[in-house]
Amino acid sequence: MSLWRNQLSGPTDPARDAGWVDPPPRQGFFTDTSICIGCKACEVACKEWNQLPMDRLGMTGASYDNSIGLGASTWRHVAFVEQTTERIAAARESGRALIALGMPGLRPGAMDLAAAESAALAALATGTLPDFRWLIASDVCKHCTHAACLDVCPTGSLFRSEFGTVVVQDEICNGCGYCVAACPFGVIERREDAGAGTISGVASAGSSGRAATSAPTGIAAKCTLCYDRLHVGAPPACAQACPTTSIQFGDLDLMRRRATERVEALHAKGFTEARLYGADPNDGIGGTGSIFLLLDEPEVYGLPPDPVVTTHDLPDIFRKAGYAGLTMLVGAALSFLGRRDS
Amino acid sequence: MVPEAQFASYYGRNIVKPAPWGHEIPAYLFLGGLAAGSALVAAGGEMTGRRELQRNGRLIALGALGGSTYALISDLGKPSRFHHMMRTVKLTSPMSIGSWILAGFGAFTGVAALSEVVKEVAPNQGRDLPMAWFWPYGDRLASIGAGFFSAPLAAYTAVLLSDTATPTWHAAYRELPFVFVGSALAAAGGTAMVTTTTRECAPARRMAVGGAILETGAFALLERQIGVPGETLHRGRAGRLLKLAKALTIGGAALTVVGGRWRPSAVAAGLALATASALTRFGVVEAGMESAKDPRYTVVPQKQRLAARRAQAAIDAASEITGLPSAQALAEQA
Amino acid sequence: MANSDCIVIQGSNMAECHPVAYQWVTEAKLRGATVIHVDPRFTRTSATADQHVPIRVGSDIVFLGALIRHVLENELYFREYVVAYTNAATLIGEDFRDTEDLDGIFSGYDPTTGAYDLRTWAYAEADARPDGVAGTDSVGGDDGVGEAGPPEHGAAKADRSAGDEHGAGGPALEHAQVLRDETLQHPRCVLQILRRHYARYTPELVERLCGISQADFDAVAAAITSNSGRERTTCFAYAVGWTQHSLGAQYIRTAAILQLLLGNMGRPGGGIMALRGHASIQGSTDIPTLFNLLPGYLPMPVAGTHDTLQDYLAAISSPAQKGFWTLAPAYVASLMKAYWGDAATAENDWAYDYLPRLTGSHNTYATAMAMLEDEVEGYFLFGQNPAVGSAHGHLQRMAMSHLKWLVVRDLNLIESATYWKDAPEIATGELATEQIGTEVFFLPAASHAEKDGSFTQTQRLLQWHHQAVRPPDQARSDLHFMHELGRKIRAKLAGSHDPRDRPILDLTWDYPQDGHGEPSAAAVLAEINGFQCSGPAAGTPLSSFTEMRDDGSTSGGCWIYTGVFAGGVNLAARRTPDAEQSWVAPEWGWAWPMNRRILYNRASAAPDGTPWSERKAYVWWDPQAGRWTGHDVPDFPVETGPDYRPEPGVGGPAGLAGDDPFVMQADGKGWLFAPSGMVDGPLPTHYEAQESPVENVLYDQQASPARLVYPRPDNLSAPSAGERGAGVYPFVFTTYRLTEHHTAGGMSRWLPYLAELQPEFFCEVSPELAQLRGLTNGGWATIVSPRGAIEARVLVTERMTALTVNGRTVHQIGLPYHWGVGGTGAVVAGDGANDLLGITLDPNVAIQESKVASCDIVEGRRPRGPALVALVRDYQTRAGLTAMTGNELRPELRPEMRLEGS
Repeated sequence: MSLWRNQLSGPTDPARDAGWVDPPPRQGFFTDTSICIGCKACEVACKEWNQLPMDRLGMTGASYDNSIGLGASTWRHVAFVEQTTERIAAARESGRALIALGMPGLRPGAMDLAAAESAALAALATGTLPDFRWLIASDVCKHCTHAACLDVCPTGSLFRSEFGTVVVQDEICNGCGYCVAACPFGVIERREDAGAGTISGVASAGSSGRAATSAPTGIAAKCTLCYDRLHVGAPPACAQACPTTSIQFGDLDLMRRRATERVEALHAKGFTEARLYGADPNDGIGGTGSIFLLLDEPEVYGLPPDPVVTTHDLPDIFRKAGYAGLTMLVGAALSFLGRRDS
Repeated sequence: MVPEAQFASYYGRNIVKPAPWGHEIPAYLFLGGLAAGSALVAAGGEMTGRRELQRNGRLIALGALGGSTYALISDLGKPSRFHHMMRTVKLTSPMSIGSWILAGFGAFTGVAALSEVVKEVAPNQGRDLPMAWFWPYGDRLASIGAGFFSAPLAAYTAVLLSDTATPTWHAAYRELPFVFVGSALAAAGGTAMVTTTTRECAPARRMAVGGAILETGAFALLERQIGVPGETLHRGRAGRLLKLAKALTIGGAALTVVGGRWRPSAVAAGLALATASALTRFGVVEAGMESAKDPRYTVVPQKQRLAARRAQAAIDAASEITGLPSAQALAEQA
Repeated sequence: MANSDCIVIQGSNMAECHPVAYQWVTEAKLRGATVIHVDPRFTRTSATADQHVPIRVGSDIVFLGALIRHVLENELYFREYVVAYTNAATLIGEDFRDTEDLDGIFSGYDPTTGAYDLRTWAYAEADARPDGVAGTDSVGGDDGVGEAGPPEHGAAKADRSAGDEHGAGGPALEHAQVLRDETLQHPRCVLQILRRHYARYTPELVERLCGISQADFDAVAAAITSNSGRERTTCFAYAVGWTQHSLGAQYIRTAAILQLLLGNMGRPGGGIMALRGHASIQGSTDIPTLFNLLPGYLPMPVAGTHDTLQDYLAAISSPAQKGFWTLAPAYVASLMKAYWGDAATAENDWAYDYLPRLTGSHNTYATAMAMLEDEVEGYFLFGQNPAVGSAHGHLQRMAMSHLKWLVVRDLNLIESATYWKDAPEIATGELATEQIGTEVFFLPAASHAEKDGSFTQTQRLLQWHHQAVRPPDQARSDLHFMHELGRKIRAKLAGSHDPRDRPILDLTWDYPQDGHGEPSAAAVLAEINGFQCSGPAAGTPLSSFTEMRDDGSTSGGCWIYTGVFAGGVNLAARRTPDAEQSWVAPEWGWAWPMNRRILYNRASAAPDGTPWSERKAYVWWDPQAGRWTGHDVPDFPVETGPDYRPEPGVGGPAGLAGDDPFVMQADGKGWLFAPSGMVDGPLPTHYEAQESPVENVLYDQQASPARLVYPRPDNLSAPSAGERGAGVYPFVFTTYRLTEHHTAGGMSRWLPYLAELQPEFFCEVSPELAQLRGLTNGGWATIVSPRGAIEARVLVTERMTALTVNGRTVHQIGLPYHWGVGGTGAVVAGDGANDLLGITLDPNVAIQESKVASCDIVEGRRPRGPALVALVRDYQTRAGLTAMTGNELRPELRPEMRLEGS
């Protein structure tokens, strides 16, 4: 719709759309969950570098995940999912169905579907499926090609960087919270307080003083993809801290290529449960700046299965509102017609 | 009601986050609608020479506007930075557009209310003041201006909710603006019936009844098409609020029709309609919050969408092999 | 490890406890390697492994022994390698008797001392011996002291921890004249002994004792055998999951035998990776913090045994044996010169008498018990937190309460610094602050980022770290503290003529300091490296330990580190990127010895000196140049060709034949059978743990007959299977660490970013056990052992599996040990898992059995105050525990337990 300065969906170069003149190549993550060991170094390195406050204390009982999810003070989050054979078989089968549809779809036909299929069926038949598995995945802001948080921000606090990433400007955000409701991944959050609670038997959190950060409150916060580090050519803290290269960082095109190669390698071994997430520029958000290799359906990891940026529907939303507005005026006018009261 | 669909989630935790908004926001939505409707009441009154209706409408509009603005600001994480809303004009941000609408509406409503105050306090209705000759033009200008901004003001609040990832709000975007403007008209008409003598209130009554019909009808349509995310409109606190709102809307409208000319029943009907309007906003906001907190409303609709798309892809793929025209091709021919 | 084709991680949770090292496993995996994790729990390591094999804690020798049997019975061993490079062909003396012959004990066992006399394990003697000495006196007797002397007795010998005192070498053989049968047929040759020893370690036995299905066993067996040989290599990785047992050293020995049989030692992608616990634990044994070692694995002299330098040197090596231990006199003289400089002279045997002597066991547990007897007045804790981190926390805290003074140097006010006011025993009334006379000094320490220094990691790689920031406030480095302490003591003793003060006054104590009084760590490393201390080249740094002399002309603080400062350059500080050097990366840091990245790498070439295969080429003989060459520094006399054979009687490096790759071994061969060096048996054999719900179906001998037991009322043990009261503590628990925390928590529980990731002490239980005991996920449970009772949050998880062992279900409980009660300023706290452990030690290295013990678990929180003690007592009474329960080394025979056909 020409009314809009830049398109609201579909493949595009977000940095140019945002008006950057010949920007550097778009930067992004490739998070390969198949080699993540759940050490949480990414969570800690992120907090160290960005001086985020401690989030919360207390055991959740949800496997080894005690930080619950991404939020204002947790910009990398490692998910832990324990599964038994039935679920593994289901994941492998659902992945096989995707392959049949030509996924991952970046390079259609590049994958030897037949080989993968036969390997997968063999694995299912010979019962070589493990009886248990532990899915571990490090989640992060997706830095969407079409970022709802950025689009709906009324103050311009959220902006598109030259690297194609989405960053909050602390000194501009007025904490309206609109971006929080707009994010289809539930990533960005308004920080309500800088401190964390304590648990029984503990004097006071952060009493060592090391966590007493001066994190601003009342404003929205999320991963900046280490905007400050990118400026000096350093990789994001999480990627640098990752010991197993589960978190890779670089030109988004390269990340997409590596992701495709990796998923095809796994498929060829019969691991049809492997699938890419966010790698398709034709998806509801024009592809993400953070690509993931998952071993099960996205919702298993707490990711939306088919995210669509809300502003994709904005023209229609405004149109409907326009009709409603006219209806209101007409209705009002009509009510003043007709005979005067006695 | 859609049957409970089976779905996987991460320890049942929400995927999208609920907006960090308190009760100020539904209050803001309601008062904004009331202000918009009242501005129209006032404009109509001014143009049709209903002075009382004009004066009350204008004062109510300004009061409601003040209240809604206060609610909006006080719900910010950093109220001191409210003015940052004015840093930019962003078409993709209903919040930004809303701020400008609020500003424009505020300017005209302010002038309009001022002129009413002057007429009240100044001797001889201010006819002896300098530039008094301008008042009629000023009044008319204020009416037109406020009227011009009133419709967007009432309608954009629906956009504000719908342009989010909150399942119930977004899924409702087609009908919600009609629900809200209807609700705004009902509220404004009702408030006018409460504050203004019945002699001048016929238009307000018609506005109230019309608004109630529009609101109720639109909401019925909404419930029909919304699907799974609509469940939250019928559950828990949101369900109770909306049920009560519906009852008060219909009751208020009915009472307006039968007893609108008798002041006491007019007041009762007006109060019912205004309350209903407020309850609608609180109910819709609450339903959205609930839909955001439960992964079911994020996952299930998206899975259904995916399933449909993949089925389509499978058909297309098959047709390519068999050489039969794909469903898409057929659709294009049609 | 990145070059391995198959990696077996057992006794280690590598991904969680060594996440940075695990990058190499990941790299191997991405290259197509098979990764197998054998562990009682499904951990974050299992999550990324190709196969997880759940095993009952404490049964690893059965599993590994069965793999050895599988390799032998199916002739899958690398014959050419085994014949040439191991002692498989070597004959053992006629007096040797195996556990299979003596129902669970080897020949030489002395029931009165519970210790072995190692004489009968010796190699068979050549009839004619070059030095003409009669072959009657034993090889390797008395821990290898050549002279026939009165055999030392049990405890003393055991406490001497013979094996680790001589690096990989073990104590001396008197000489290298051994009988070999390279057809491997002789009934007394090592291979045949091995075959008989492991004959009963069948897959069926594995299933019966380890709870491992035969399918899983076959899969592992297939993986390691198909990934070994000329073209491929398999490596093993272990950590304290193997060491912390009453026969821990034997676990590693079993893996060593398997790897030697498969030809995986001294080759790229092979080996046995000892994953050390801390950044520099390897360094802390090289430059030891151990009571029985001097730098470079030289033994600590023992009073009455090593009274003269000659006695001492003879205990290390015999000039007639092969290899580099024969140069020990030069290593010792150089060390003495490093300690005492000009005061160490030829006349006073390099001040040998300045060295303290051992008068018995001074291991950490013996020391704690001595404290209880008020035999120890003062205690220094450097980055150690016994109140939380050591086995039997209760005993540790009670022991410290007997001290006159205690110095704690740590980053934070840890539990061991505040036990006098907030130990659990204060709450129970077992201790009262006003009755504790200990004067506690807390001295804040600098962290590694706040000081210069080196880490020596598990690959023997020294990596230098530079100070990033100044230590905060009063915090100082340990180096600064020790240097100052030395200066102050020397100042107090200045002018003293008391001979006992000489060793301190004569110490070389002249280290350059910076503006803040911080001594130069680099200067210390240079002193360790060594230098010429006389002659024209005086002051020149040594570049190799072969430059060391026994005439006092060289100084060097640790012979194996010599070369790290060659040319006056700190080679440990090298950080050449991998892209700019060979795949062996010799210019990253510096590895001892001689910057060698793989030990015994002569074995990476065939006996004729050519690589076993192109794929695994590493070090080989260059006939043209007439020297060894390759990707790494050859671990062999560089000009000794493959065909070289020494004259009989020639010892030392020159005594090594061209096909003797194991240059630190007295006979140049890899030891399948250990004629000396292990005090609890020449071959690993399965015994149950000190506390076990399972009967040892192999022998009447339930637990290791040579383990070190401490029968005391405050160190009770649970009855094992078949004993009265065994049902009172029906479950097995094992303790371990999590990625999110560091050991006793002093470095992690005080850090909010880490504390929030694992905020509460928890126990991991299987759904079956949760059902059995009514435990709910997220709820509370109380765990009771004969030593104490603690409470933990419950994590019910399928990662824990109930195993069927010997016909009954064995439930295992997992307990991370990072939490403690007390301390000041910790973000999180909780009960300490180590309070449940008792003290039973491995006789070789005096390490505690902390990976397996018995307990009970019940729903709900533990009682408070005296009621807690009552609960523990009640359990003890019901089980009828006495000090001797489980502590009989040689229980009376129980025939009904015998395995059919044995």
